[in-house]
Amino acid sequence: MSPDLMEAPAGTTPERQVVMRAVGQAPSAEWVIVTRGLTREYDMGGEIVRALRGVDLAVKRNEYVAIMGPSGSGKSTLMNIVGCLDTPNEGEYWLNGQLVSEMGDDALARVRNKEIGFVFQTFNLLPRASALANVELPLVYAGVPAAERKQRAMEALEKVQLGERVHHRPNELSGGQRQRVAIARALVNDPSILLADEPTGNLDSNTSEEIMKVFEHLADSGQTVIMVTHESDIASHARRVVVLRDGRIASDETKAQFVARIGAGQHAH
Amino acid sequence: MPFFEAVRLALQTIRVQKLKSFFTLLGVMIGVMFLIAVVSIVEGMSDYVENDFAAKIIGTNTFDVSRAPSFVVDADEEQWRAWQRRPRLFDPEAEVVRNALPGDFRIARVNQSFLPATVPGLRPRSVQAVATDASYFDIKRFGLTAGRAFTQQEVATGARVVVIGSEVASYYYEGLDPVGRELRIAGLPYTVIGVIEEQGSVFGFSMDRLVIAPVTTPLTRAINPRGDIDFITVQAGNRELITEGMELSREALRGFRGLGPSEEDDFALTTSSAALSFFDGLKSKLVLFGTALPAIGLVVGALVIMNIMLVAVSERTREIGVRKALGARRRDIIAQFLVEASTLSIIGAMIGAACGVGLAKLIAAVTPLPASVAPWSLVAALIVGAGVGITAGIYPASRAARLDPIAALRQE
Repeated sequence: MSPDLMEAPAGTTPERQVVMRAVGQAPSAEWVIVTRGLTREYDMGGEIVRALRGVDLAVKRNEYVAIMGPSGSGKSTLMNIVGCLDTPNEGEYWLNGQLVSEMGDDALARVRNKEIGFVFQTFNLLPRASALANVELPLVYAGVPAAERKQRAMEALEKVQLGERVHHRPNELSGGQRQRVAIARALVNDPSILLADEPTGNLDSNTSEEIMKVFEHLADSGQTVIMVTHESDIASHARRVVVLRDGRIASDETKAQFVARIGAGQHAH
Repeated sequence: MPFFEAVRLALQTIRVQKLKSFFTLLGVMIGVMFLIAVVSIVEGMSDYVENDFAAKIIGTNTFDVSRAPSFVVDADEEQWRAWQRRPRLFDPEAEVVRNALPGDFRIARVNQSFLPATVPGLRPRSVQAVATDASYFDIKRFGLTAGRAFTQQEVATGARVVVIGSEVASYYYEGLDPVGRELRIAGLPYTVIGVIEEQGSVFGFSMDRLVIAPVTTPLTRAINPRGDIDFITVQAGNRELITEGMELSREALRGFRGLGPSEEDDFALTTSSAALSFFDGLKSKLVLFGTALPAIGLVVGALVIMNIMLVAVSERTREIGVRKALGARRRDIIAQFLVEASTLSIIGAMIGAACGVGLAKLIAAVTPLPASVAPWSLVAALIVGAGVGITAGIYPASRAARLDPIAALRQE
């Protein structure tokens, strides 16, 4: 992490002002994610850890956003809340017009199933199930009938160029192929957002590029993508980069601004 | 998650871990196997008793007058001693009963015991010796394959004659006509005058190994040295008359023995329905004890399944995290593990039921115990299997469902 990131201005760019206006207004169809003053504290054996200290964020439909930050910056916590795996102690989280910060366990499970497609660093495929069965899984929990499930899973796998390997198990696939199965699984339910957590963290650089191309292609075709990463060259594939520091948003820039700042910083040293 | 999906998933998990699954369901398998075997044998006995036993042992439309009840399920020490203190039955009592009853009742004094019988040149053998009246043959509906039964005249004169069962005939007089030949019972000679047709066996005990002689012969003293009577058996003309006959006999005997209104009977009246209720009591005990042991097997089976499921939950923590992230609700996770546990357990129960039927048939083939597999017991076995699985699965399943998806996903 470059020290320049730490000094980046927050809430000053015109883009950020647009975001802040969205945060201040009632949720609209244009903004798929709106968070207001998200706070999350953990009790770690008596010691209160403040992972998020009031995060205001808004993401438009079809945006491709990277969330960056060093470890301990709260980016994982933010991702868990955005992914509806966790709920904030304070603040509001509107996802696709629904106030999910107030929902219970089962309702959150529904939202995860319908609105969110997860892509994990470690792929998290079920080892004993075929690629097809893995991709079918979200549809199983959505209650889709078997025949339709299979058809939709096949289509999703074909989209990530794995139409030939649908009956392979994860251990019979390469890392890149596994991540593409995971992407197919994330997309099969037609989610509002694709949420990727360090999607290239376990891949070599060639395969990482390959996965980034898949993401780019998805973003081009109108999929909202949110990617959490600590690598700035991966983050710079996104079209907007949000940097978190100490549980707050440190910067919120376009890709061009981000690359220019990083580039300048790197040249300066 | 649809039920069928959960079953498919469970079968897949079981297929992948064949050996582990086999050991998991061993307890349930053994439990259900013995459960089915025990229930089949008890049912078989019960069928047998209802159809054959009561009529063969007690006779149709009959009741017995005796010192103590003939069929006792449970009686304490004191009760037994009280029965032992009761006066014995002698000929005068039999006479009292006979005089109290209308002429269409058949009455016979009966003494019976195992005594050695022999013919010269053959090893003595124990036979069921019965000393009785001539009417005994009518009461028991014994048909004869050779010779004749003795008459009441022969009883009156104490003729040393004997009617023998088919097994006695074939043992002592192989290839010969037994009629007119001598048989020594308890050391004294009797002349064989008839052979009873084959009666079969009750619980492996042959009903054809008997000899019947008049109650007035020395056989009575050989059985009961005091000369008393084991019991008086009374046959009514039809079923409806049994109760009336019992009441008449009771009143007459009470009068004869001078019992006051507040005193209890010092004799017992037993009907074949008493024998049946005796067996019902015995049956419920057999079922209780017979199922207690397999039940322990089932409890062990349940504990094993619970343990295996807990291991499965911790081994598959990450899988549970993934499923939750993809939209599985608590009830989906609970259903998954409950169905997995019950599928295991039901498969165990099915294998156990098959083995149990085999075991019952084997026991029926190699021992005198009858066995009849009741269809309800197979259904019960499956319900038990599912019940064990669900019970054993509840705790692991709820642990799995309560897992925090974030922590579960982070698990290595």
